[in-house]
Amino acid sequence: MSENLLPLPGDLVAFITEWKPKPGNLVMVLHRVQETYGYIPHEVVVEVSRLLEIPLAKIYGVVTFYHFFSLKKPGKHKIAVCMGTACYLKGGQALLDEIASILQCRAGEVSEDGKFSVDSVRCIGCCGLAPVLTIDGKVYGDLTPAKIAGLIAPFQNES
Amino acid sequence: MKKLTQETLKQLADEKRADANHQALPKYVLVCGGTGCHANTGKEIYDELQKEVEKQGAAGKVKVIMTGCFGFCEQGPIVKVLPHEAFYVHVKVSDAAEIIREDIVGGRVIERLLYKEPGQAVAGKIDDMKFYKKQRRVVLRNCGFIAPEDIAEYIGRDGYAAIAKVIATMKPDDVIEEMKKSGLRGRGGAGFPTWMKWNFCKMQIADQKYMVCNADEGDPGAYMDRSTIEGDPHAVLEGLMIAGFAIGANKGFIYIRAEYPLAIERLEIAMQQAREYGVLGDDILGTGFNFDIEIRLGAGAFVCGEETALLASIEGERGMPRPRPPFPAIKGLWGKPTCVNNVESLASIPYILLNGGEEFAKVGTEKSKGTKVFALTGKIANSGLVEVPMGTTLREIIFDIGGGCKHGKKFKAVQTGGPSGGVLTEAHLDTPIDYDNLIAVGSMMGSGGMIVMDEDDCIVDIVRFYLDFSVDESCGKCAPCRIGGRKLLNILNKIAEGKGEDADVEQIKTIADAMRKASLCALGQTTPNPALSIIRYFNDELLVHIRDKKCPAGKCKKLLSFAIDKTKCIGCGLCAKKCPAGCIAPSSEPPAEGKKRSPYVISASDCLKCGECFSACKFKAVVKG
Ligand SMILES: Cc1cc2nc3c(=O)[nH]c(=O)nc-3n(C[C@H](O)[C@H](O)[C@H](O)COP(=O)(O)O)c2cc1C
Ligand code: SF4
Ligand code: SF4
Ligand code: SF4
Ligand code: FES
Ligand code: FES
Repeated sequence: MSENLLPLPGDLVAFITEWKPKPGNLVMVLHRVQETYGYIPHEVVVEVSRLLEIPLAKIYGVVTFYHFFSLKKPGKHKIAVCMGTACYLKGGQALLDEIASILQCRAGEVSEDGKFSVDSVRCIGCCGLAPVLTIDGKVYGDLTPAKIAGLIAPFQNES
Repeated sequence: MKKLTQETLKQLADEKRADANHQALPKYVLVCGGTGCHANTGKEIYDELQKEVEKQGAAGKVKVIMTGCFGFCEQGPIVKVLPHEAFYVHVKVSDAAEIIREDIVGGRVIERLLYKEPGQAVAGKIDDMKFYKKQRRVVLRNCGFIAPEDIAEYIGRDGYAAIAKVIATMKPDDVIEEMKKSGLRGRGGAGFPTWMKWNFCKMQIADQKYMVCNADEGDPGAYMDRSTIEGDPHAVLEGLMIAGFAIGANKGFIYIRAEYPLAIERLEIAMQQAREYGVLGDDILGTGFNFDIEIRLGAGAFVCGEETALLASIEGERGMPRPRPPFPAIKGLWGKPTCVNNVESLASIPYILLNGGEEFAKVGTEKSKGTKVFALTGKIANSGLVEVPMGTTLREIIFDIGGGCKHGKKFKAVQTGGPSGGVLTEAHLDTPIDYDNLIAVGSMMGSGGMIVMDEDDCIVDIVRFYLDFSVDESCGKCAPCRIGGRKLLNILNKIAEGKGEDADVEQIKTIADAMRKASLCALGQTTPNPALSIIRYFNDELLVHIRDKKCPAGKCKKLLSFAIDKTKCIGCGLCAKKCPAGCIAPSSEPPAEGKKRSPYVISASDCLKCGECFSACKFKAVVKG
């Protein structure tokens, strides 16, 4: 990878330094790493391990336990389809299928051009609008498979 | 801001009371800032209303407030205008100017935006609306009423008066006694009496104790705790503090899902304001009582809602349950006595201490006191957040408040207790809801998710959904849950694919029994519940799947078959164009009399059962069976 992930940005280092003396800091630091990079890059884990003096194996044990943490670089736009109970009943799966057929990218994957990543998530608290999905955090509700193409077109077409 | 004392807190409350109760100005505009509305342009509507107030010179006559969820999320985004109770629904950003011009400045209610009950021509008072009439708001007393981002409004509604009273006039034992009178049982699912848990923890002698708020809310399809925090974060902080006082802890943690950014933000704002006002941190209200709170983020593991797993997660470990005993009250966070309570339990506490346990216990059933918040969702007409007295029947919630199934469909089942609960039927609708009644009928209260299903939903499909969830969320520490859950899911998958056998039913029961008895935590112990409940209540439908290889609701795809009725088919070929498998073609039969083209046929062996042909045919010639 050609990206320069290191050295860690100053505010991340400051965060780690602030949390280092607090017990149970690891999960909070990992949240901050993911917030900074959009995922948890290996190079950064190595640095975190050094700074917090926590073995790499332990960090990976924690990262892989929690669904929220991702070791994979996400697409430029993040699509998250709700598969909570209300959305499931109202056709969440059909939305996922439609997205998969348009983007050739299923839940948990990143599209080939790196433009989209697709995930399924659980109840985002908008069950009244079910079925819902979010694109880059913005919620779209009352969806049908027919509405999907129009919804993602603007993101596909941007250069 | 000068830190408050007991005395100045009272003064501030008096000063703010009128405003917090929407009586200081001629008009108040309340914009729902709950997640449902907020995400759905609610925030933009709020900004636009503020702008219009300035532009149209209405400043000083009206206050625009962004509150928490009003409850009636189905109708969102919602804007309420007080005191005349105009309840505007499905509001658009472009309606903001009109609301200010017509209603606020002009004094004319905007008819077209008003909510009207189905079949009624005029809008009534909010409290008379069917959706609200049978509700009673104790936990949600401020949610949808005050601005959660302004501590002064909370104080104007007697906020922090309970902790002030507790510190000044009560001993920990008095607090526990009051909780005992209230009869409050834990709202996180298990329903353990709160006073007992506190008493247990209080009796421990230790240099450090912790109070923890469980805001993990992992039940997929439930958002009560999230709404409570978003709408009234200070009530949760105050409840946590009172609990800390009672058990002798000076440090609290709030463990909240990272997936709830708005709730986290409102908690952070609330904590910062509470510190500034001197109601959180050292020397609270100048009394010498110290209590501070830290937020810890969850990371998307359902099992972390289980209290011992939650504590492991706060400690920065993999969130795996630990054997109990020792209970957290004896050995909890970092080995110290710890008490874990749910958000809704905590939000009830200021009310109980201020009004007395007896007042709280006036509503409810003999063994379940107070009110319960439910997230009513699924195929229900009025989806939303509802709070009702314990003892309200399922029928009242689903039909009176919820308005029955959407689009006039027939009610089929209701699920409570999430992945740990059961599916209930029409026959249970008159059951008064409380902890014990729900368990008696094979479900449980759970944290408050209530999901309604209609005739189009398949009971096997929904159980597969829950099992899939539980299997995915099993932490894998113990074999009964790890292996048993997977086996149950395989059986259900088999049934849904038309490969079920009669012996499967017994097999489910045997596995369930082993999981219940031998799983380490309640996740594994309760994973079989949805499956058991359908054996109990939907045996006919289950057997149709197993014996006849049919899915009456048409949800289990593998059990579907598509065919073309040649007497109806006109040979237009539309279905063939849409078929992704290319398995529809004209037959070799000659056209029937009066028709120009031969009928089409489906080659069943290649069919993917996608249903495209069924939706495509305009002549209803494609039949699904
Ligand atoms: C798998 C599992 C998930 C749970 N999830 C939650 C949850 O999301 N929120 C919650 O308050 N309690 C949850 N609980 C219950 C907690 O273990 C605990 O009983 C509760 O937080 C205690 O608070 P209460 O006494 O106020 O109800 C869960 C339990 C299990 C076994
Ligand atoms: S019952 Fe399941 S979730 Fe609980 S400890 Fe065992 S494997 Fe983990
Ligand atoms: S769309 Fe209907 S009418 Fe047309 S060919 Fe197919 S089955 Fe026949
Ligand atoms: S269900 Fe789908 S795959 Fe099967 S015949 Fe119809 S369109 Fe073709
Ligand atoms: S289930 Fe999708 S938002 Fe609740
Ligand atoms: S989020 Fe607005 S009414 Fe529930």
